[in-house]
Amino acid sequence: MHKLWASTYKEFLLLVRDFGGLAILFLMPLLLVITITLVQNDTFKTLKETKIPILLVDNDQGEVSKNIQENLKNSPLFEVQIQSSEGSVKELVQTGKYQLGIVIPENLSKDLNLKVAENVEGILEKFGEEEESIPLVKSKLKPKEIKLYFDPATQFAFRNSIKSGIDQMVSKIETQTIYKAFQEELTDDPSEDIFDTEPFLLFKEIVPSDGKKEIIPNSTQHNIPAWTLFAIFFIILPLSINMVKEKNQGTFVRLRTHPVAYATFLGGKTVVFLGVALVQFALMLLVGIYLFPWIGLPKLDVSGKLPLLFFVAFFAGLAAVGLGLLLGTIAKTQEQSAPFGATFVVILAALGGVWVPVFAMPKFMQVLSNISPMNWGLKAFYDVFLRNVGITELLPEIALLFLFFVVTMVISVVYNERKNAV
Amino acid sequence: MIQINKLSKKYKDAEDYSVNHLDLTIEEGAVFGLLGPNGAGKTTLISMLSSLLKPTSGSFTIDGLNYREHKNELKQLIGIVPQEYALYPSLTAYENLSYFGSMYGLQGNSLKNTILEHIEILGLSKFAHKKIVNFSGGMKRRINLIASILHRPKVLFLDEPTVGVDVQSKNVIMEYLGQLNAEGTTILYTSHHLNEAEQFCTRVAIIDLGTIVCKGTPKTLIAQQEGTKNLEEVFLAQTGKALRDHA
Repeated sequence: MHKLWASTYKEFLLLVRDFGGLAILFLMPLLLVITITLVQNDTFKTLKETKIPILLVDNDQGEVSKNIQENLKNSPLFEVQIQSSEGSVKELVQTGKYQLGIVIPENLSKDLNLKVAENVEGILEKFGEEEESIPLVKSKLKPKEIKLYFDPATQFAFRNSIKSGIDQMVSKIETQTIYKAFQEELTDDPSEDIFDTEPFLLFKEIVPSDGKKEIIPNSTQHNIPAWTLFAIFFIILPLSINMVKEKNQGTFVRLRTHPVAYATFLGGKTVVFLGVALVQFALMLLVGIYLFPWIGLPKLDVSGKLPLLFFVAFFAGLAAVGLGLLLGTIAKTQEQSAPFGATFVVILAALGGVWVPVFAMPKFMQVLSNISPMNWGLKAFYDVFLRNVGITELLPEIALLFLFFVVTMVISVVYNERKNAV
Repeated sequence: MIQINKLSKKYKDAEDYSVNHLDLTIEEGAVFGLLGPNGAGKTTLISMLSSLLKPTSGSFTIDGLNYREHKNELKQLIGIVPQEYALYPSLTAYENLSYFGSMYGLQGNSLKNTILEHIEILGLSKFAHKKIVNFSGGMKRRINLIASILHRPKVLFLDEPTVGVDVQSKNVIMEYLGQLNAEGTTILYTSHHLNEAEQFCTRVAIIDLGTIVCKGTPKTLIAQQEGTKNLEEVFLAQTGKALRDHA
């Protein structure tokens, strides 16, 4: 026990004496989580608050195109700039000066009205006729295309969301035109409201809360667990570098001549770096609670969850430390441990669902994600943050994280024994 | 004290043995000098004796303990002063010694007093709480030595303990090693400083290409080798003048 304590104290001293390393260890993860949340929150704002300048070419100059223009101008998403030719729109969008250009085709209003009138008249004519005598009338009008020019650099998800918004708007205009045509046929007074044109089907977004306090997830609630976990696992870098350094400066060789178990040597590092992970976690929470609201980001809500959050962070930290110890045991040089460690953490994060949710991954990757300790940690954090679960529901993920630590420790000790067996 | 029987080491991918079926007995209380050119096998032999390297074949005992069966007892029995400094640069001299002493099982006041005593003897009291990174080569060498003797080992292995140090530091180190030997510590020592070895060692062995080419007291070896006046001449006569560069 005394040897473990001495090892721990030595690790602590090495850590606090490296002020630059310590600052990087604590500040970089904070910077990471602030940057990511700001970026994601601003994307969210872009869609909700900030208007995107878009180009519009109105080749129709009719009622429908005016309606589209009005809708776009009234939309919180867009700031419309009228252009005269499709060519200039194409060029401006292709060069990335604008993300989107809309070209309304010629005669859209005329043809849409004709098409709708044709259909409405056809329907009304058929009222009262025998079913067998109804001939199928095919319209001679060709479908009209509203062209959307997208900047090639525009991300797929953003493009889809814009397309869906415009599609909704056009459908609404089409529906209103149909109602209007019916109204013209059925009443002589155009001001008389015979149809309720308000949407009948509405959406309500509900986050199930299991009868407890209602949870309203925001970008902070999603980002803090994901990026905190990412930062915790990045501990494998300084930890493995620390071990490689000991090998290179000869202190590890000296230690091998002492009557001390390798597990004790690893134990000292485990205690200190686990402490680092927990301090990192506490700082992340403090930033989420106090700094985020101050810089205009949603506040992190940890009310009543702190013990469980630290419980998860403890085991996630253990898993990260175990991985770092294994890497430090195997690596011979910093050139091996640093790039491998950094890349491996990014791979584990990708597999774990830090960037893309696991459910959105291809089937094969979903299976693979089950072996990422970051996936277990993230599930456990989301369970606490967003699902308000109790300790029992967390146990499967916690058990996996702990098992991962035990397995990495055992492999490290066995590897060292075999490598340095005398 | 040390009994070596047909001890060999052949590194992976190496053509020749670094230590080749070597037999050697070192008596208790001896200061035994292991001398040889670069690549002769000195460090390999010390590494095997101090549990850092696995022998390819052969065996050895220290104080009657076989290295295979009594690994931990043997580690408690020996002290190793490695060629490199093997200290934590960002820790102070006291913190380094406290850590390495603890790893030998020392603790509390006993550890503290031992550290302070050794630091004083080797003239480093003023620098006990200074970081190693600021120490000169000679100061680091002295701390390197103290780190290996805090637990009062019966056998001390020294791999070139005075390389790169000034005359004063060398003098302090050699005097202290003499004192340790007088107190009963058996010393196995390698060095390229043959004058130093000639004065310091009670017995020496010249090793070349992994085998011992001659051994005895320095005086005997000089007397046996015709036309030589000192150990350096004996050394050259036994190992030749060809350069021994190796990579």
